[in-house]
Amino acid sequence: MYSKNFLISLYKTMLKIRLCEESLVEPILKGKIKTPCHLYTGEEAIATGVCAALDKNDYIFGNHRSHGHYIAKGGNLKQLIAEIYCKETGCSRGRGGSMHVVAPEVGFLGAAPIVAGTISLAVGAALASKIRGDKRVSVSFFGDGATGEGVFYESLNFAALKKLPIIFACENNFYSTHMPLRECRFKDNIYESGIPFGVPSYKIDGNNVLEVYEATKKAVEMCRIGEGPVLLEFVTYRLRGHVGPDDNIQGLHTDIRPKEEVEEWKKKDPLEIFKTFLLKKQVLTKDEIDKMKFEIESEVKEAHLFAQKSPYPNEKELCKYVFKEN
Amino acid sequence: MCSKKIRKLSYSLAINEALHQMMEKDSSVLLIGQGVKSPWYVGNTARGLLDRFGPERVIDTPVSENAITGVAVGAAIVGMRPIVVHPRMDFMLYALDPIINEAANWHYMFGGKINVPVVFWGIINRGGEQAAQHSQALHTFFAHVPGLKVVMPSTPYDAKGLMISAIQDDNPVVFVDDRWLYRLEDDVPEELYSVPIGKGIVRREGKDITLIAISYMAVEAVKAADFLKQEQGISVEVIDLRTIKPFDKELIFESVRKTGRVILADVGWKMCGFMAEVAATLVEEMFDCLKSPIKRIALPNVPAPASRALEKHYYLNAEKIIKAVLELLKGEEVMYGVQSALL
Ligand SMILES: Cc1ncc(C[n+]2csc(CCOP(=O)(O)OP(=O)(O)O)c2C)c(N)n1
Repeated sequence: MYSKNFLISLYKTMLKIRLCEESLVEPILKGKIKTPCHLYTGEEAIATGVCAALDKNDYIFGNHRSHGHYIAKGGNLKQLIAEIYCKETGCSRGRGGSMHVVAPEVGFLGAAPIVAGTISLAVGAALASKIRGDKRVSVSFFGDGATGEGVFYESLNFAALKKLPIIFACENNFYSTHMPLRECRFKDNIYESGIPFGVPSYKIDGNNVLEVYEATKKAVEMCRIGEGPVLLEFVTYRLRGHVGPDDNIQGLHTDIRPKEEVEEWKKKDPLEIFKTFLLKKQVLTKDEIDKMKFEIESEVKEAHLFAQKSPYPNEKELCKYVFKEN
Repeated sequence: MCSKKIRKLSYSLAINEALHQMMEKDSSVLLIGQGVKSPWYVGNTARGLLDRFGPERVIDTPVSENAITGVAVGAAIVGMRPIVVHPRMDFMLYALDPIINEAANWHYMFGGKINVPVVFWGIINRGGEQAAQHSQALHTFFAHVPGLKVVMPSTPYDAKGLMISAIQDDNPVVFVDDRWLYRLEDDVPEELYSVPIGKGIVRREGKDITLIAISYMAVEAVKAADFLKQEQGISVEVIDLRTIKPFDKELIFESVRKTGRVILADVGWKMCGFMAEVAATLVEEMFDCLKSPIKRIALPNVPAPASRALEKHYYLNAEKIIKAVLELLKGEEVMYGVQSALL
């Protein structure tokens, strides 16, 4: 029921995100990248599946862990990597760093690390779409930690009240920095948060890209015919630390996650699951996958070279962009 | 304030010691906020507290700044002495309602019948390409509000003493510290002592110019003063205000009577920044003593940039203070070779 090309494109996006994230590890450890990087490794199926169900014109908003959202929505890889090096050629011209990526040309209207800070903004974009009748859908990506903030519930209520075309996409990786979900919430029932507001709410395996895609596609259809908002809770796990490659990076952190737990989740690596599926269904061969990997690796390498060679922002332009000039 | 039991302690451990001693002394003191059990957030400041006082009084919280801060205010209303920590001041903006609308107004609004002994602890954390939402020094916002006291220690000694005063104060106190100071070591007495809220201190005596600074800039101001004395023979009096609300006018006035020249160094933005208040006060009350225009050193009115290339020009340091002093004294003092000597 899926075209071969579609399945391949999903895998390609996931692989691109993975290879991008992993390519950052070494430069982070060597201090070449200083901006705090919250790696998306392990959560690729969510951004990929969600964005595959969206049109280019649809809007998304992200948080501190948004490299994957950026790539999946079709943002330019060179500009992403350059931003992570905080260079002038970066997508935010070196002013934002890893936590503030943006690609308005493909509908990614911004990522910002104030937890839950962008949820209401996405609701605002959806409100505008409704007023304009342009049929666009907005997606707000946020973590399980963000459901601790009041603005999440306020946004659900307002979006429900106005029947807005917005998808609340919660990426539940069970941790809010060092804190396990069970210490943040009375119950592990994030998806039920929409129910008191009459918002259709679903819990989905966030490591299965096809399930993510299907759920989002349905949610998008509902939004387009005026039956939004929808809340989707994607269950997943980050395979790296909260910030940087691992939780012990500064020698200070206690790695809060039990080793066995991490090992269990490695077995559910979304990329591996999908690869196995594609091989089994003979959508792709091992050789084709290797070739694809090689091509993406070159692209990522090229992006690093581009970023490294790019200039830093000029000090004379420190005050530029505070206001839009007429 | 002399003690025989003095040893070197870092700024963050000085705060930690204040918390240990106050929690030990007063069972109504509690610490609540994000990351109190993780050095990730609050450095060493909360070290050992959870083990010693347990999760009832050392409460790590979900990301819920608004509610948690309100919770602290409510507990204070019924007589607890909560310290609520915001590991970055930026996150504290979610909590402005309980701080400003509620806590700051409560005592006045109800004719003095209830008081709110709570400490709102906000940490300034800048640099490292963390960009606009993880780098804001927002002390001025709080200083603007009646009913809030605001302290900003720059030394380990003051960090401990002011944390203790803040906890002991019967009013809401905003305690603003700075991650850039956390490793600074200095003499700190072992005993429990307090540094009075509202009292500044002269860090360097001088006669040519008064340099008034707060928080991290007080450290840089001392460096600048030492350099100017050695290299240029310029005698700079450095005042570290320590508390910005209420601030120590008398101490400033005394110095300005002597020097007649003033430079103000803030860690925040210039526009409507705290130092504008100091400058206005001097113009209102000390105009006759001023020999030259007042000069302010503060962040440009720009959000914090990510790129280190821009950070370097954005944040302030001793070098920029020296330049400002020399500019102010231009024509009055001989100046040469300063920059190369410093760089
Ligand atoms: C308002 C606010 N409070 C606290 C923080 C510090 N902080 C950064 S990320 C994070 C955890 C977020 O967890 P979650 O939303 O689950 O996203 P994840 O990192 O797991 O992807 C916290 C508490 C912040 N950035 N903003």
